[in-house]
Amino acid sequence: MSDTLLKVRDLKIGATVYPPGEKPQDIEIVHGISFDLERGKVLGLIGESGAGKSTIGLASMAYGRGGVEITGGEVWVNGRDILKSSHGDIRNLRGGEVAYVSQSAAASFNPAKKIMDQVVEAAVEHKKFSRKEAEGRARELFAKLGLPDPDNIGNRYPHQVSGGQLQRCMTALALCPEPDLVVFDEPTTALDVTTQIDVLMAIKDAIRDTGVAALYITHDLAVVAQVSDEIMVLRMGDTVEYGSTDQIINNPQEEYTQALVSVRSIEHEEKQPTSEPVLSVDGITARYKGLNFDVLHNVNVELHPGQTLAVVGESGSGKSTLARVITGLLPPRDGEITFAGRKLSPDLKGRTREDLRELQMIYQMADVAMNPRQTVGTIIGRPLEFYFNMRGAEKRKRIIELLDEIELGEKFIDRYPAELSGGQKQRVCIARSLAAKPKMIICDEVTSALDPLVADGILKLLLDLQKIEDVAYLFITHDLATVRAISDSIAVMYQGRVARYGSKSQVLSPPFDDYTDLLLSSVPEMHLGWLEEVVAHRKMESAGN
Amino acid sequence: MHPIIKLVSQRLALGILLLFGASALIFGLTEALPGDAAQAVLGQSATPEALANLREEMGLNRPALTRYFEWLGGIVQGDLGQSLTNKLDISESIGKRLGNTLFLACVAAIVSVPLAIFLGLLAVRYRNRWPDKLISAITLTTVSIPEFLIGYVVIYFISVKLGWFSSLAMINDSMSFWQKLNAIALPAFVLTLVVLAQMMRMTRAAILNLMQSAYIETAELKGLSMFQVIARHAFPNAISPIVNVVMLNLAYLVVGVVVVEVVFVYPGMGQYLVDAVTKRDVPVVLACGVVFAAVYIGLNMVADVVSILANPRLRHPK
Repeated sequence: MSDTLLKVRDLKIGATVYPPGEKPQDIEIVHGISFDLERGKVLGLIGESGAGKSTIGLASMAYGRGGVEITGGEVWVNGRDILKSSHGDIRNLRGGEVAYVSQSAAASFNPAKKIMDQVVEAAVEHKKFSRKEAEGRARELFAKLGLPDPDNIGNRYPHQVSGGQLQRCMTALALCPEPDLVVFDEPTTALDVTTQIDVLMAIKDAIRDTGVAALYITHDLAVVAQVSDEIMVLRMGDTVEYGSTDQIINNPQEEYTQALVSVRSIEHEEKQPTSEPVLSVDGITARYKGLNFDVLHNVNVELHPGQTLAVVGESGSGKSTLARVITGLLPPRDGEITFAGRKLSPDLKGRTREDLRELQMIYQMADVAMNPRQTVGTIIGRPLEFYFNMRGAEKRKRIIELLDEIELGEKFIDRYPAELSGGQKQRVCIARSLAAKPKMIICDEVTSALDPLVADGILKLLLDLQKIEDVAYLFITHDLATVRAISDSIAVMYQGRVARYGSKSQVLSPPFDDYTDLLLSSVPEMHLGWLEEVVAHRKMESAGN
Repeated sequence: MHPIIKLVSQRLALGILLLFGASALIFGLTEALPGDAAQAVLGQSATPEALANLREEMGLNRPALTRYFEWLGGIVQGDLGQSLTNKLDISESIGKRLGNTLFLACVAAIVSVPLAIFLGLLAVRYRNRWPDKLISAITLTTVSIPEFLIGYVVIYFISVKLGWFSSLAMINDSMSFWQKLNAIALPAFVLTLVVLAQMMRMTRAAILNLMQSAYIETAELKGLSMFQVIARHAFPNAISPIVNVVMLNLAYLVVGVVVVEVVFVYPGMGQYLVDAVTKRDVPVVLACGVVFAAVYIGLNMVADVVSILANPRLRHPK
């Protein structure tokens, strides 16, 4: 008997799309993919959004999400073509032979049921174990995955455990019925970096200990390099490159793979602080209405003209709250903000039009930050009318100048946001904020929703524009690679406090405080064995203490 | 104290407070109307002296606040006062008529709630295909046409042309249950048409929303059957929105039934209220108003409490 568990041949997947006002159209999103997966091995599927990687993963369970349908090819699991299997056989396959771990465990657990009920459900349903045996196995898995109080955590409801813990519960859910194959679909993408590393290690150990095979789907090559034996690089439904992990990381053949490997390699020379800061935040303490604790404690930072201050931290660290305080959306309880040499009113209502003009903002979600019924020209033209009273030909000339600056050009002036890609939308938002000729722009996670290569393009653009327009950026992000690429100075935030603050070279050089050390060492690096090195290093340190 | 007990008791207290507010509003509004009960009783024969005497006799000269609290005190003890026109005890008359109205509302609800949920599920199953569009079109049509018009159309075709049911929905105590049911078939049918659309569309939206959740996908990928997915995973989460819209419509069945009752001459609360208004029988109008308010607030309160109890985050806090 051959050791091949999953054999995919010339897999084609189609979807029906409903363009507004037009007839439904059938399009093909995966164009003939083939691969083999042996028992106990891990194959990484990597690509940007729209590459079809999740769709391929789900096809191994004969499942199509939304209007997605498998239109051709063969998917062999355990020696039978599941695309030709009966309905009942497919039900036995799902959850029994092949299990699925999704990106957001928080959304994938039913909020109305206890964790244990959901973890054992598939094993009991497929009669792999009795309820009692399954519960025992679940508790073993909870312990193996490093969950606290493994004997009782199953009695909790999903909202009663943290996001990282829930992701591990999801892994236990998948492994409980002893499947032959687990499809991991971006299992750590929604987690903070410091949490990601623990979950990644737990998943890797679980795969090794149970001998299960896995499809590991992610957009992050550095992550997949840590867990997989082979990697398949996908782009727009086609295979770009397929080889061993070692070959893909260390010796990529295709141009696209090379770009993915070398992503985030923007070099940026740190600028020295000038005499007078454009923004200084002094002793800001803030809390949200209705909460009885402060979200920001005595925050002090400065930003110099034409430079970038990166505010970095994990979810809940208070970095977005700081942006709300600076923009005047959340008046602070204490402290003050000086901007361009004058004191800013703590409240938005008290700010002058000049204050508003000189302090612009770009958001994470470019889609929802634009009116879908307005053309690009109208969107960019609005601040020109509002702040500079420009009209007609003069306005149009300036809009075209701005479109050229963001590397889109005049042909985009009459397009609607729906006709743009994610990166293009974010560029339009950048042009809109630049139209006001601001002294400073707050960039709130502006690249987080974008694919790595697109994000790189946006960062390069922002750096170029900074040189031309001499604008300062307050760059809020959770991504340390972005911070390295773009900043002149850095503020590391942790639980509402500035844990570390200084120029880029100071902040990123040892000696580190504990939190910054943890944060920095948690960023996945593009080389094999990184995960083991970090974990071993941490174990040694804690043994030394 | 467990937060859920606190939340539920808060909601109950708020409901009672709201009921008092509603009673004050109803009382205040009838006070603000021109003319009073004495004028209404005397009608054409109202001389200034007779009016003054009657007002004295009925206690209408005392301050409005005093009368309000007297009236309120009566209500709390179950005494809704006396009708001006026939001197009958209002509580007794309302008791019987409320029974009739509730009977009609219940029959309409027993038909419409399961039907609406079934149609909603059907619409979900065939989303964006012709059954979905057909269901939406029909239910939206029936909810858009005023119910008295539907009532007359139904009378014309079903009772006049086809002669299947009587156009008068008269019932009395001597009738058997089946006879009663036969009598109210037409008004119940009209009411069903009126409330169907909203419940059906809400069910459709709620289930559609849920079926797109990641946890439904997880359940499907566990290899559960469609029925198990809906019963075990979708239903527990759909309770709250569905109960809310069902309660709102039940309240409408009791309170909004006025017009339909008049069309079919059904001896329920609606008829009683309309009669009282035409005869300017203020105490009866007041009493009906309070009963309607109580039904409305009570049912919505039940919906709120069910929603709270159905929310695992509130039942099991961190």
